[in-house]
Amino acid sequence: MTTSLYLLRRLLQAVAVIFIVTVVVFGLLHSLPGGPARGILGAQATAQQIEQFNSEQGLTKPLYVQYFLYLGHLLHGDLGISYTYNESITQLIVERLPKTLVLTILQAVIALVIAIPLGMWQAAKRNHPVDYIATTVSFVAYSAPVFFLGLVLIIVFSQTIPLFPSQAPNGATLASVFANPAALVLPIATGAASMIAVFSRYMRSSTLENLSEDYVRTARAGGGSGGQILRRHVFRNSLTPVVAMLGYYVPVLFGGALVIEQLFNYPGMGLLFWNAAQSSDFPVLLGCVLVISVATVVGTLIADILQSVIDPRVKAGRT
Amino acid sequence: MSAVIQPGKAEFSAQVAGPTGSRLAIARFSRNRLAVVGLAVVVFFVLFCFLGPLVYHTDQLHTALSEANQGPSGSHLLGTDAVGHDELGRLMYGGKVSLIVGLAAGLLATVIGTVWGAVAGYVGGWVDAVMMRVVDAGIAIPALFILLVISAISTPDTFALVIILGFVSWLVPSRLIRAETLSLKNRDYVLTLRAIGGSHTRAITRHVLPNSVSTIVVAATFQVADAILLVAYVSYLGLGVQPPATDWGGMLSAGLTAVYSGRWWLILPSGLAVILVVCAFNAIGDGLRDVFDVRGR
Repeated sequence: MTTSLYLLRRLLQAVAVIFIVTVVVFGLLHSLPGGPARGILGAQATAQQIEQFNSEQGLTKPLYVQYFLYLGHLLHGDLGISYTYNESITQLIVERLPKTLVLTILQAVIALVIAIPLGMWQAAKRNHPVDYIATTVSFVAYSAPVFFLGLVLIIVFSQTIPLFPSQAPNGATLASVFANPAALVLPIATGAASMIAVFSRYMRSSTLENLSEDYVRTARAGGGSGGQILRRHVFRNSLTPVVAMLGYYVPVLFGGALVIEQLFNYPGMGLLFWNAAQSSDFPVLLGCVLVISVATVVGTLIADILQSVIDPRVKAGRT
Repeated sequence: MSAVIQPGKAEFSAQVAGPTGSRLAIARFSRNRLAVVGLAVVVFFVLFCFLGPLVYHTDQLHTALSEANQGPSGSHLLGTDAVGHDELGRLMYGGKVSLIVGLAAGLLATVIGTVWGAVAGYVGGWVDAVMMRVVDAGIAIPALFILLVISAISTPDTFALVIILGFVSWLVPSRLIRAETLSLKNRDYVLTLRAIGGSHTRAITRHVLPNSVSTIVVAATFQVADAILLVAYVSYLGLGVQPPATDWGGMLSAGLTAVYSGRWWLILPSGLAVILVVCAFNAIGDGLRDVFDVRGR
């Protein structure tokens, strides 16, 4: 299969997935108690208001007509109006999504920069005490709820030893996020910890697998030193499955952002979503679910494309 | 002369000298020290939560405000919470809920994922394509977001909670089982069965599923670990079991404010319990994977 054909197929799959997501979100909106009218107007709405709203919004039309109307609004970038903020939801999300992306991308980059060399080092030192210690620590980091990890970090590095603030930067603009870098340390560390745990494990097992390959033995026989072989031959080959896992990890990153933003009061999409849930602002909730899902699909697609660039074998017969 | 193969004898001696299947499995499992520790931890917590209350009597139903917010002492080994419940007793009481809900939700997710993955992989074609896009869509919507939307609609009881958790976490096992089914359905013995007129149902229930058992068991173990973690998140999000009942996640979120007043005993024990049990199930999963030689995850 050629590269463009592979990319075209992945793109079509992504479109199909986004289509299913819109059906799910539309279904959720209509399964709210009292229907979308009560969800949007709030619990205090009178029967008359609901009736008026229903006829205005075309909610008396057949469901499939309503779905296509909804889809039409989406394609125009219209996600509806939040009744707690009294603002366009698209506007609310446009203000906050970049902040969440900055946080998650910083987290992912820092985590990978630490996890990849750590995993390779563990593989090189297999069954040495340092390998056991690193394995145990990553098991614990992987098994800890993110909010508990964040709490422990706050207790240790903000309360006991006052190194970093326990509140994330809280300005309106994207630039204000970087105004106080120290305030970003704890939120990023919280999110990066479990990602380091997961990806150092992947890198370790992937490196171990490659170390037992023939080409490594050949390189050894040719007189290459251990470090040289790792850097020159094993590194790139071991990286491929790790990049593949990156696609699967995108939803985890966004899920983590929800908890981290709430815990550190960071003004991104996660906090917007959390606050919307507290005030039952359903249009905002479902708008966020849609945007996060699309972001996840796009993120997964990018990871797949990256992987096919690194390893041409991927294009051949993979679904 | 030594080249003469004596299958009967070889088989016989293998049975006598070599360990049998289950013994070999136990030997392989116990070689993974983390897995053995994990099993011990799970057994410990099951005894602690289910038999512990018989030894260590506490009142977890009535509040005792006169005894609220005490530090660890002789009469309350892990102190008391904001309404005077004994924290050690609460750790047992909440652990029961965490373990039962986590186990039930993890198993439910595995069952749904197994059926979905087996059907998609076995039928193939456009049915497979559609079913797997549904899985992709499910994975694209992070579970925590869906759970928080549900929590804004209503507060489920424990049974509904298990169902909800099962229905947001079956996606990964369905992918694993599908991959397994894809490789199994074209094996000679399945093709032979079909050629002599055996039904699809028979092929799935007699050949594909039994041969996937190892994959399913390993997936289920990891799934239980994930579910116990998810139960903690769910309580943190305010969707969990309702007071006066509690679980470890509920204890954690109830103790959140205590962090700033130095009452560590309200969050550290329940947090460590969650980590230990989740670690333990993950370690057991690792060990079982060694036993069955299953790939993936």
